[in-house]
Order: sequence, then C-alpha cells, then structure tokens
Amino acid sequence: MKVLKLVTRNAFRRKLRTFLTILGLALAVMAFGLIRTFINAWYAGARAAAPDRLITRHAVSIIFELPLAYREQLLKIDGVEDVTHASWFGGYYVDPKNFFANFAMDHANWFDIYPEFIVPPDQLEDFNKERNAAIIGQGLADRFGWKLGDKIPLIGTIYPGDWDFVVRGIYTGRDESTDETLFLFRFDYLDERMKVESPDRAGQTGWYALKISDPNRSAQISRAVDSRFDNSWAETRTETEKEFQMSFIQMSSAIILGLRIMSYLIIGVILLVLANTMAMTARERVSENAFMRTLGFEGYHLTGLILGESLFIAFLGGLVGIGLLTLVAGVASEALSQFFPGFQPDRMTYLYSFGAAVIVGVLAAVFPVSRALRIKIVDGLRVVD
Amino acid sequence: MAVVEAQNVYKSYYRNSLEIPVLHDINLTVDEGLFLALMGPSGSGKTTLLNLIAGIDQPSSGSLKVAGEDIGVLSDGNLAKWRSRHIGFVFQFYNLMPVLTAFENVELPLLLTGLSKKDRCQHVETALSIVGLSDRLKHYPRQLSGGQEQRVAIARAIVSDPTLILADEPTGDLDRQSAEEIMTLLSRLNQEFNKTIIVVTHDPSAAEKAAVIRNLDKGELLP
Repeated sequence: MKVLKLVTRNAFRRKLRTFLTILGLALAVMAFGLIRTFINAWYAGARAAAPDRLITRHAVSIIFELPLAYREQLLKIDGVEDVTHASWFGGYYVDPKNFFANFAMDHANWFDIYPEFIVPPDQLEDFNKERNAAIIGQGLADRFGWKLGDKIPLIGTIYPGDWDFVVRGIYTGRDESTDETLFLFRFDYLDERMKVESPDRAGQTGWYALKISDPNRSAQISRAVDSRFDNSWAETRTETEKEFQMSFIQMSSAIILGLRIMSYLIIGVILLVLANTMAMTARERVSENAFMRTLGFEGYHLTGLILGESLFIAFLGGLVGIGLLTLVAGVASEALSQFFPGFQPDRMTYLYSFGAAVIVGVLAAVFPVSRALRIKIVDGLRVVD
Repeated sequence: MAVVEAQNVYKSYYRNSLEIPVLHDINLTVDEGLFLALMGPSGSGKTTLLNLIAGIDQPSSGSLKVAGEDIGVLSDGNLAKWRSRHIGFVFQFYNLMPVLTAFENVELPLLLTGLSKKDRCQHVETALSIVGLSDRLKHYPRQLSGGQEQRVAIARAIVSDPTLILADEPTGDLDRQSAEEIMTLLSRLNQEFNKTIIVVTHDPSAAEKAAVIRNLDKGELLP
C-alpha cells in the first residue's frame, strides 16, 4: 500500500461531495480561463503590433482624415523608410449583422510594410492589376465560403453606396496573432469614386503607417513627424502601432478592469469551495489523525496526507476545468470570430488556470493541516466520529 | 526485566485556571511478559494512565520509564518514533481506516519501518493468521463484524512486534461472545508469544484473563 493510494481513497471517501467539489473547481477554472482568454483577445491587436511601425493619424481624432499629400513629406523625415496608408471603410455584406473589418489600403506597398499578411505572389499580381480587387483573410473566406474570383458586394456606410469587389487574393497569417478576418481593397478604387461622387472627400486617407529604420528611435521620429505638421490644417498625432492599438483598448479599460477583478474573485470562489470541503474533512477525521499519530505517524506524514488530498482534488478540478475550457473556447471561438478572431486560450492561460487550481489546493490544506497538528493526541482520540 | 516503571507519577488537567488532578502518586512496575488488567470505575484515571504509558500524553510530575526509555524527556518526533517501535495500541472502537482493507490496515504501522513490500506482506499475513483472519485480507472494515474488526486491530497492534501492547476497553463495544474471543486472543498472545500486555477494562469477566489485576480509584492505584 502506498501513501498515494491512501490519498486517493481518502479523497473519494465521500464520493458525492468530492464529485461536486471537483465540478465546482472545474467550472471556476473554466470561467477563469475564459475571462483570461477574453482579455487576451482584447489585447491581441496590441500584442501583434510591430515595433518598427508608427501610425500617424489626425491629431484631433481618428475620424478626421489626412491629406494624401502628406505621404511624400513623411518619406523625407529622417528614420522613415517607407510609408503606406489606409482608410476604414465600414461596409457590410448584405446585412449589417455580417460585420467584419474592411479597409481601403495603398496596394503599392501595403504588404511590404505588413509582412505578417502572407499573399501568394500570383494572387498579389492579380490584385495589383484590377482596381476593384480585394484580398481577404483565410478566416473571412472560411466564414462566408468565399473563394478566388467571387464577386462580393459591400454596402458602404462611411462611404455610402453599393460597392462591388472581386476576390483576387486570400492571405494567411504569419503567426497565430495575425488577424485573418480582414477585407482589404485598393485605395485608388475608393478615391476615384470619391472624386466623382464626393470630391471634397477625395485625396484623403484615414491614417499612415510608417516603417522606421530603428524602433529605438520611435519617440524621436514620432516627434519629428508631428512637428512637421504643426500648425497645418490637419495636425497629426504619431505613435507606435502598439500605442495606437492600445488607445482603442483604453476606451474599454473599465470593462477589462472589471473582468480582471472578476477573474480574481473566481480564484477566491475556488478557494472557498475546496477549503470548505477540506475543512469538513478535517473535522471528520480528528480522531483518525490522532490515531495515526498514536501509531507513530508524525506531523509531516499527516501534512503530506492532507495536502496530498487537497492537491489531488484541485488537480482533478483543474484538469477537468481545462478540458471544459478547451471545449467551450472552441464553441465560443466560432461564435465570436467576427469580434475576436483567434479566440483561443493560449499556453499561459492554461498554465495560469491550472496553476490557480494548484495554488488553491495548497491554500485549502493550510487550515486542516494546522488543525490536525495542533490538536493533542489524547484530545483527538476522545472525539467520536 | 521491567517494561514499565512508573514512580510517583502525578497527572492533572487544567480547565480554565482550575487544576483537576487525575492521577496521584502512581507507582507501578510491569515486568516483561506480564498480562496486567487495570480496572476501576469511570473517571478513575485508567485511560489516562494507559495514555501516559503509551507516550501520547505526558505526566505532570514523576518519572515514567517504558521499554527502557524515560519517555517524559523525549521530543514529539522522537516520541512518535519510539511509539512506532515499542507500542501496539488497541482501542475500544477499533480505529480502523474505513478506506483500507484488513490487510492494508494491518500494514499501516509497517509503512514507518522501511521494510520491503515482500517483508511487509509476510508480516501482515502472519499477524492476520494469528488472529484467525487469513480469509479476510481483502475485506473492508464495513464488511466485518465488530469482533472481526477488533481482531484486525489486534493484528495491527502486533504486526510490528512491539515491546508492549496496550488495550483500552478492547471489549467495550462487543457482545459477550466476541468479548470472550478477544480476551482469549490477548491471553494467547501473552502466553504463546510472551507479549507484555496492559488492558484497561471495567468488565471483571474480561479482566479474569489477565495474570495480574490492579485497581484504580479516584486516581490512586490500590495495592
């Protein structure tokens, strides 16, 4: 007979209670993991940001546009290697419910500055030949079943009207953090039509993306860019791509904070669930522990047995919780794909979730262990189960 | 050779600040191979004396040597090791682990000895055969009668071949026939295996099996 055997048998002495405790732990671990995954997904854009890219936008707000003429001036600034630009199009496919991000971008060099979007060369060539061509992410293609050559009508909101595109390329992400749900089309298609339909909006773009030579000089280059356009009719605000992404996240910082607090509260709930079980166990086994000590078992033996039992239950709860997390995140990933592409728990989330369960296992054993060690043998033997 | 030598042992408890004396000036010598019954009414201090001899409680004053060791000066850790080597304890309510089989319950004290699995197995089977339960190795306590449970407890008490077997009301929870069987078994252990045994009981018929009967009354050992 081994100690582990005794630990596992003790753990299942009250089967229903242990089962419910494991279930409670599992649900809490799953909830903890889902919240962390949600927070991670929120920050995905910021994490994917490249350090050698700066974003220049209108100083007042992103909703104001910048002149296309700025491009040549940006290229002259020391440290800027290349410049591309894009505009948020805000169109939808057939129904406003079919939301996905769509941008008009400078087809000439966009994919040079954003190498994480991988487009087969022949498709990129086709895209460059046709004005209303579009390149879409693999995830978006999968979502709507779109393929090369498909004609996609979008209904514009910021740029009203019906817009027809032809899928000429499907990109894949270089790594997991690359968003594969974008719809990218040529800026010249948008600008040509603006010149005809709304001339005052022509010749303007949403923001510039600057590729810089040295990420360590990003602050200095940002200042140089903004000072270049000081006192112009469209002053700029330049920041790293990460700061740019974070500025969107900051808008929902209260929600993120709330979620973080909730995740910590869940750990507290796990602790209470397991601590309650272990406290009941300690109360029931006072005489048994005293008897073990009569046989010659010492404090560290009892500590091992109680801690082992607590950890064993926590381990099972953590394991089941992680299984549930994987299942639920898989379902949620599809449901949330339009808002959070790549909604999947990462390795650290699994580690934190399981780690939380294990730490809780240790903490929940503290009271029962101290009780078992504190009580005198003769007093413990007097307790009748 | 004396296994137990108690000289002027005094024991009292404190309830709040009130001192409650339990044992007064106990002088007792138990020679090796003796089967001693301690009798007395409830509250006379029988179990307290047994607990002192077992090293699970400490005298307030006096000297207590058991198995050649002055147990009053041992640290908790050393006392635990000493108990595992020298004391086999039998309780009124058996104190078997419900999640372990008869075999595993008897094996429990041997986990502290460093014996190999094979040796442990041999010891356990021998102990269970002595108490007549060779056919109940894989039974759990809930599958045994009270008398059988107490026999498993006795097997557990003898499995590590301790210097001294202490039994606290071993027949207190048993019917007449089972009680008789248990006391016969203890007597056999004493006569056939020369085990030194101290039994606490208030049942005169159980005490008859012992070679020597000593009475305690109000914390004093009567001559």
